[in-house]
Amino acid sequence: MATASPRAISAAPRHALVVRITHWLTVVAFLALLVTGAEILISHPRFYWGESGNPNMHPLFSLPLPTSRPWVNNGFGTAMPDGNGWGRYLHFEAAWLVVLTGLVYVLWGVWRGHFRRHLTPERGERSVGALWQRVRTPLRGGRAKDAGAHTYNTLQRVTYLVVIFVLFPMVIWTGLALSPSFTSAFPASAELLGGRQSARTLHFFITLLLVGFLGVHVAMVALAGFWTRTRAMITGRAAAKEDA
Amino acid sequence: MSGFSRRKLIAGGLAATAGVAGLAVADRLARRYGLLPPDAGGLFGPGETLTYAAQSLLTAHRPAREFSRSMISKDPFAVPIAPPSDAFKRSQAGGFKDWRLTVDGMVARPTSFSLADLKAMPVRSQITEVACEEGWSYVAEWIGTPLSGVLREVGVLPQARYVAYFSVEPDQWDSLDMGEALHPQTYLTMGMNDGELPVAFGGPLRMRVPMQLGYKNLKFLHHITVTDSMKRFGKGLGSASPEGGYAWFAGI
Repeated sequence: MATASPRAISAAPRHALVVRITHWLTVVAFLALLVTGAEILISHPRFYWGESGNPNMHPLFSLPLPTSRPWVNNGFGTAMPDGNGWGRYLHFEAAWLVVLTGLVYVLWGVWRGHFRRHLTPERGERSVGALWQRVRTPLRGGRAKDAGAHTYNTLQRVTYLVVIFVLFPMVIWTGLALSPSFTSAFPASAELLGGRQSARTLHFFITLLLVGFLGVHVAMVALAGFWTRTRAMITGRAAAKEDA
Repeated sequence: MSGFSRRKLIAGGLAATAGVAGLAVADRLARRYGLLPPDAGGLFGPGETLTYAAQSLLTAHRPAREFSRSMISKDPFAVPIAPPSDAFKRSQAGGFKDWRLTVDGMVARPTSFSLADLKAMPVRSQITEVACEEGWSYVAEWIGTPLSGVLREVGVLPQARYVAYFSVEPDQWDSLDMGEALHPQTYLTMGMNDGELPVAFGGPLRMRVPMQLGYKNLKFLHHITVTDSMKRFGKGLGSASPEGGYAWFAGI
């Protein structure tokens, strides 16, 4: 089939196949990690700083949640069932999925220039001032000059780069720093973070940042046209009427 | 199907075939090199196998983190134990002088050790952290004799692959692969923080496995069996933990 249809020529894929597959695998893995992470959290919704922390010690802070364990006395009872068994199994299985998917995405992205071409801010936009302009313009009711279907603006680019190269690596690192087996081989993974309990607390806060990103991301997709954009991430094609 | 070409179809078919073949090869390699955990089946099997295999290849034989004496937790915590049996109370009243640890299975010389026998073996100490799967932790000094010395004493047969261990509490049993069992920090623990190991923390005898989470550190240890397969124990998943939904390998 040597002849491509005219429509395929006019509308280049908005998202490459690798981007689409890794995007949805990450969605599945992230939601599984979020649900199971919450399940694990309610067995001990107290946070500490430093190496150690336990029910006999004062927490840094404590979440007002009902717990699944009777020895966590934070005043909200123990109404929740213990789901840590399947929760932990699924958490680590989903963690493998997100790590392997992320590796494929990052290696492909470097190889094919995805990060350089689509996510690095364009020349002339690589300054705090340019970034601030991107934040300010829509707040004042203005419209970004290249708010098209085929490029990302500087604010989007910086956000995606931070999520891909800072938040995801950090959430994986802080998670691995909780593994006694992993820290046996790589003790610095826990020590650089200030100890086991610091790693756990950071794991929680980075998760909150990722959830914040997810909320804003979905809200932005909804503002730009939820089905059009979602279809583009599934089929790779931006809708014709949006291009026109 | 204007977006589809024959070339894409062939490439996809080849990729799928390579993927299936790759999985089959990976499965055979995992079996060959003992990278499959006893609970490798089911929905969570792939994740569990990846975790255990990564541990076996990358992190096994490395020492768990040790801490300075000043890092020892002033307020350690132990999950409240079930009310002890009358037999346990009688033994406790007698200073656990009648406590026995039976070691049998695939060994040349099955032996029953008293606590005095174990204390006569090389006694070591480690300052390591107990980390519970729930998220809490504490650092303590643990005093005991390495399990490897006891296994050498009884003469483990070459075909043995696992060390199963049992608590006097009903349905409390677990197992380690031979690598973890022979790890220099795997202790039969009798003391804690310069004193006797308190009953609340598993005294008089507790398995200490600092490379794995708290639930692997079984309290009130009284029986060890060396075996080549965990299939014959319980539901064949390696320990009581998977029967309650928890992973056999607790390194993460």
